[in-house]
Amino acid sequence: MKGFRMLGRSIRDAFKSVFRNFSLSLASISCITITLLIVAISILISFNVQNFTKEMEKDLTIVVFLNNDTTEEQVRNVQEQLRELDNVDSITYQNKDSIKEQMQQESDIFNEVMSTWGDEDNPLKDTFQVKVKEVEEISATAEAIEKIEHVSVVRYGEGMVDNLIQAFETAQKVSYGMVIALVLVTVFLIINTIKLTIFSRKREISIMRLVGASNFTIKTPFIVEGMILGLLGSIIPVLALCFGYVALYNHFDGYLYSQLIQLIPPEPFIYMVSGIVVVIGMLVGMIGSSSAVRKYLKV
Amino acid sequence: MDLIRLKNVSKQYKNGVTAIYDLTLSIKKGSFVFVIGGSGSGKSTFIKMLYREEKPTSGEIYVGGVNVAKLRNKKVYKLRRKLGIVFQDYRLLPKLTVYENVAFTMEALGARRDETRKKVLRALELVGLKHKIHNYPDQLSGGEQQRVAIARAIVNEPRLLLCDEPTGNLDPDMSMEIMQVLDEINKTCGTTVIMATHDKEIVNRMKKEVIVLKDGRLIKHEEQGGYEE
Repeated sequence: MKGFRMLGRSIRDAFKSVFRNFSLSLASISCITITLLIVAISILISFNVQNFTKEMEKDLTIVVFLNNDTTEEQVRNVQEQLRELDNVDSITYQNKDSIKEQMQQESDIFNEVMSTWGDEDNPLKDTFQVKVKEVEEISATAEAIEKIEHVSVVRYGEGMVDNLIQAFETAQKVSYGMVIALVLVTVFLIINTIKLTIFSRKREISIMRLVGASNFTIKTPFIVEGMILGLLGSIIPVLALCFGYVALYNHFDGYLYSQLIQLIPPEPFIYMVSGIVVVIGMLVGMIGSSSAVRKYLKV
Repeated sequence: MDLIRLKNVSKQYKNGVTAIYDLTLSIKKGSFVFVIGGSGSGKSTFIKMLYREEKPTSGEIYVGGVNVAKLRNKKVYKLRRKLGIVFQDYRLLPKLTVYENVAFTMEALGARRDETRKKVLRALELVGLKHKIHNYPDQLSGGEQQRVAIARAIVNEPRLLLCDEPTGNLDPDMSMEIMQVLDEINKTCGTTVIMATHDKEIVNRMKKEVIVLKDGRLIKHEEQGGYEE
């Protein structure tokens, strides 16, 4: 009961203080707004990067071409050996006839050219499509497969894939670094802003101490105030995030530049990111104000 | 029974000034004590150590059985709830009314509204300001402001009331008014009152227990003492 009463009083005092010192509050709020905007963008980028690297990794396959003169017995043999490799997740076999049919269906030109090929003189090769568990070790796995008997060529889109994954990882690290740096700067700014509002209430705090208010009682209104500042500061970023991302997604139709880079669908993604932004805003406000008020609580 | 006991207390400030030398004394529950001495005699430091605004450099200070010298910052509020403090400069909040100023203590302790109201009105009645509860401090005379401050100090019914030169800013008539209020509180509520002052006339007229400090040393401690040079 007593706790609730104190909390209610704290919230009331905090709101009063936010609006009484509105110019100061506005400074903190706009500072949080700018930070959270950039934080939101960074989160969007890093989640999307994470998402499509994962998507891409799922699609990544090693194509194993077998020699033309491989018998069915030998094909089964190769399959056994592939299965024994550590990094291999799944294997699909496709003989040259079905590849031919598939290619004929895909394009009219192929259909024209291939219609003359008989079963005996089909130049295509039987293939295995191998999915791996760890994309980072794909080149080692490819090398191991190459050594198996009757395997003629192994392909997995070397080079291009490696570079892409590396670039994405760098982008992700940079955006994480930026988020942390910005959050620190904002905490620092909020500490200073709230220090000013506290300074104007120094007398009140000292009297509260004299009459026996606990540190908790004195501190709570200021912490709630920081929380409110954070909450107010996150309004614009959340709105910008929700409308901006939906607009972006619709404009590009869910893909960026090519079919390769797929964006995360807005719902429920934007709600989650909004939640994160609001929580960061409130935490930043609370941490800032509680460290600002600590100085005044020493005897 | 002793409410306050000091044992070999010394206080040296960080700038090297020694305010109290080896002070040992005790004060009984329910007594009314004047702490007198000139400027720099250490009487303010003595009061400050009792409410743990200052920590002694060495020695022990017991207030109601608690060793205040060893009290941690975080626990100070528990001591403060058991005592009331009155200052020379009143220390009222200018933007609050008389009622709100007194209620401030109760609010800080998280009291219920009806309980707050009851106790605030009783405290204001005791100091004779019940008719001015809606005024602001700057609409009151110095003596009235000090009475509000006393009401604030006693609203939580403390066992100990500390006064640091409460009449320092007041003329003799108003001072006597304040002294009557303090005497009344001491007699009717049984509150122990410790008052630092350098006003000879008050001390001589009240005929109370007197502790005389000079240059940080205890010179005299007697019941029903006077103030002579």
